[in-house]
Amino acid sequence: MNNTILKIENISKQYRLGLVGTGTLSHDLNRWWHKIRGKDDPYLKIGALNDRTTSSDSEYVWALKDINFDVAKGDIVGIIGKNGAGKSTLLKILSRVTGPTTGSIKSKGRIASLLEVGTGFHPELTGRENIYINGAILGMSKAEITSKIDEIVAFSGCERYIDTPTKRYSSGMTVRLAFAVAAHLEPDILIVDEVLSVGDAEFQKKAIGKMQDISNSDGRTVLFVSHNMAAVKSLCTRGIVLQNGKSVFDGTSTEAVDFYLNSSVGEETSSVKKINDFQNKKPFFITEVSIITSDKKGRTYVYTNEDFWIKIKYKFNEIIRKCHMTLVFKDQTGEVVLFLDRSDYYKEYYVAKKGCFESTIKIPNPLLKPGKYYISIGLANQDTNKNAHELDILSFTIKDVDSLRDSREGAIFLPVPWEITEI
Amino acid sequence: MSNITNRETDEWLFEITPKGKLIDLNFKEIWRYRDLLWILVRRDIVTVYKQTILGPLWFVIQPLFTSVIFTLVFNGFGSLGTGSVNAFLFNMGGITIWNYFKECFVGTSDTFKKNAAIFGKVYFPRVIVPMSITVSNVLKFFIQFVIFLLFYFYFLSQGKAGIPSIFILLLPILIIAMGMMGLGLGMIISSWTTKYRDLTVAVGFGVQLLMYISAVPYSLGEIKNSNQEWVQIATPFIEYNPLTQVIEGFRNMFFGLETFNIIMLLYVIVFSFFVFFVGLVVFNKTERNFIDTV
Repeated sequence: MNNTILKIENISKQYRLGLVGTGTLSHDLNRWWHKIRGKDDPYLKIGALNDRTTSSDSEYVWALKDINFDVAKGDIVGIIGKNGAGKSTLLKILSRVTGPTTGSIKSKGRIASLLEVGTGFHPELTGRENIYINGAILGMSKAEITSKIDEIVAFSGCERYIDTPTKRYSSGMTVRLAFAVAAHLEPDILIVDEVLSVGDAEFQKKAIGKMQDISNSDGRTVLFVSHNMAAVKSLCTRGIVLQNGKSVFDGTSTEAVDFYLNSSVGEETSSVKKINDFQNKKPFFITEVSIITSDKKGRTYVYTNEDFWIKIKYKFNEIIRKCHMTLVFKDQTGEVVLFLDRSDYYKEYYVAKKGCFESTIKIPNPLLKPGKYYISIGLANQDTNKNAHELDILSFTIKDVDSLRDSREGAIFLPVPWEITEI
Repeated sequence: MSNITNRETDEWLFEITPKGKLIDLNFKEIWRYRDLLWILVRRDIVTVYKQTILGPLWFVIQPLFTSVIFTLVFNGFGSLGTGSVNAFLFNMGGITIWNYFKECFVGTSDTFKKNAAIFGKVYFPRVIVPMSITVSNVLKFFIQFVIFLLFYFYFLSQGKAGIPSIFILLLPILIIAMGMMGLGLGMIISSWTTKYRDLTVAVGFGVQLLMYISAVPYSLGEIKNSNQEWVQIATPFIEYNPLTQVIEGFRNMFFGLETFNIIMLLYVIVFSFFVFFVGLVVFNKTERNFIDTV
C-alpha cells in the first residue's frame, strides 16, 4: 500500500548574500557565458552551509541542503529548528512561492499554505467581498466560498462588521477573518507557519482546535512550523528538526522536540572558553571563562532550580588601582537581561596586583527564565579608561525541570508562593 | 477535496522542480482559478473610484478632456490637419484606443512589484494577475468606446466624420492585438523590474514618449507629406511602429481617411503574437524565483 502523498527529494535552495542589485548584471553575464559554453553555473559550486555564526568568504549560501522526506496521508508533521534553520524556506518551496535550486517535490494533493494570513485583503472592500477575494486567491471557487460563507463569518466572530470596509477593522479582526477563510479551505495538504502567534488566547484555542479537526476528522495532511514546542508536541504525529539547512532528525514529535532542545544546547558550545595568549603585551586581559555547577563540573546547561557559577581567569601585567569588572547576560534575541557589576556588591573598585587571578561568581537560581544566554565580560581601568572585553564569549542554556515554558514572555523566572485564603 | 479518494493511483498531481519548461503554462490550472480572475476584475473596477464624488464618470472625463486639450494644442496652436474629419473626434478616436493600450501596459508592468506581498505568501498561477488587469481594461475600453461612438454618430450626421470603411468589421481583431501587445510588453517589463529597478522609472515617461511616436495626435499621412528633414528621418520609425498601425487602422476604419492597409494588419497580428509569447516566457521564468530578488 502506497500512502505517500508528498515526496521531497534532494531539495536544496541557494541564496545570495549581501545587497541584491550590486553586480547582478555582471553575475548574470558571467552565468550566461558559462552556460553557452556548456559549463556549470560558476556560483553554485562555492556555496557554503548556512551557518550565520561563522562568516564565509562565499557570497552564496545554502539555505537548504539535500532535504529528503516522504509524508504519508494523514500525517501531521511538525518542522522545528532555530531561526534561520531553513524552515520557512522549505515551506515557501512547498507552497510554490519560490522554486528550489535543485531537487524535486512530488505531490498527490492540493497544497495550500497559511504562511501568513490576511493576504490579498483590499482595505476599500467589505469583509464579505474580501472573503471572496481571499478565498479565490487560496484556490477556492466562487461556489465553494458561497456555500461556506456563513460558516466562515461565524468562525471569525466579525458578523457585525461583515459589510464594512476592512480598513475600518482592527488588526485582530483582520487576522481572525483571514484565518477563518483559510481554515475553511479544504486542501489535501495544509501548511501552517506560525499563524498561531497572532490573535488573542481565545482565538488561538479555536485555531488549534480547528487544525486538529482538520487532520483528525478528514484525514488531511498538515505541515506545521512553530517555535511553540508544546503545540508541536500536542498537535503533531511526527517531527523533523532542521539545523543549518539540513534535516538532522526525523521521528515522532516528542522525540524531535527532545532532540531539538538537547542539540540546541550542545551544538556549538563547550563549558570552557580559553582565550589565546597572543595579547600578552596588553596591560590586562581575560584568559579563560567557564560555567560550573554545584558538582564542580563544567556544563553547558543548567536547570532552573540549581545555582551555577561563572569562573573567570584574568592576567594583569600591571597594577590597577581601580579595576571595574562587569558580567553581562544576553538572551537569544541579543537583549541584555542581566548586568552584573562587581562594585555593586563591594561598593568599591577592585585593586589588582600583577599576576594571574581567578574569580568565581555565583548566580543564584531560579532567576532567569529557560532559554539560551550569552555571556560577555568586561574589565576596565577607571583611571586610564583602558579596557578589555570579551563579547558573547560563552553561551549556555537554562533548561526547564519539567514542563516547557520556553515561549513564556518576560526575562525572569521566579516561583513564588501564591497563597489563597477565603475571605 | 472530495476527489482525494480517486487519487489512489501512483500518479502525482504535480511536481516542483528547479527548472521549468520554456512555456510552462498550465491551462488546466488557470481554468481552475477562473473565478479568481473574475473576482480580481471586479475588484479592479469597483475599487478605483471608491470614495470619489464622480465615481465611474471618471472613465469618461479622462478621454474627453485629453481630446479637448489635444485639439487645442495640436490642431489649434500647431494647425495639424485632420482632413474632412472633425479634429476633436479625430483625437478622441486616437486617445480611446491609445488609452486602452497604455492602461494594459502600465497596469501590468508592475505586477511583480505591486503584488510581492501576496506572491510571497500563496501560490496561484501568477499570470492571472496581468490577465485580470487586461480584462478589466477591455471593459474600461468599452465604456470609453461607447462615448466615442456617441460623438462619432453625432459628427457623422453633420458630415464631419469622413466615410466609415468596410474594414470596420475587423475591429475586434485590432482590439485583441492591442490588448496582447499591452499585456505582452507589460509582462516583459514587470519581469525585468524585479531585477533592474531602473525600468520602473523608465516606464513612466517612456510610455509618454511612445505616444508621440505612435501617431496618436496626428495622422501618418500628414507626416509623410512633410518636407522637414527631421520628420522624414523619423517617419519610417513611426510607420513601422506596430502601435502606429493599430491607431491608424482604427481611425481608417471609422473615418476612411486612407485606405485600410491589410498588410499592416497582418504585421500587427504577427508582432502582437510575438510580444505576447515572449512576455509569457519571460514572465514564466521570473515567477518561479522572483521572490528572492524583489
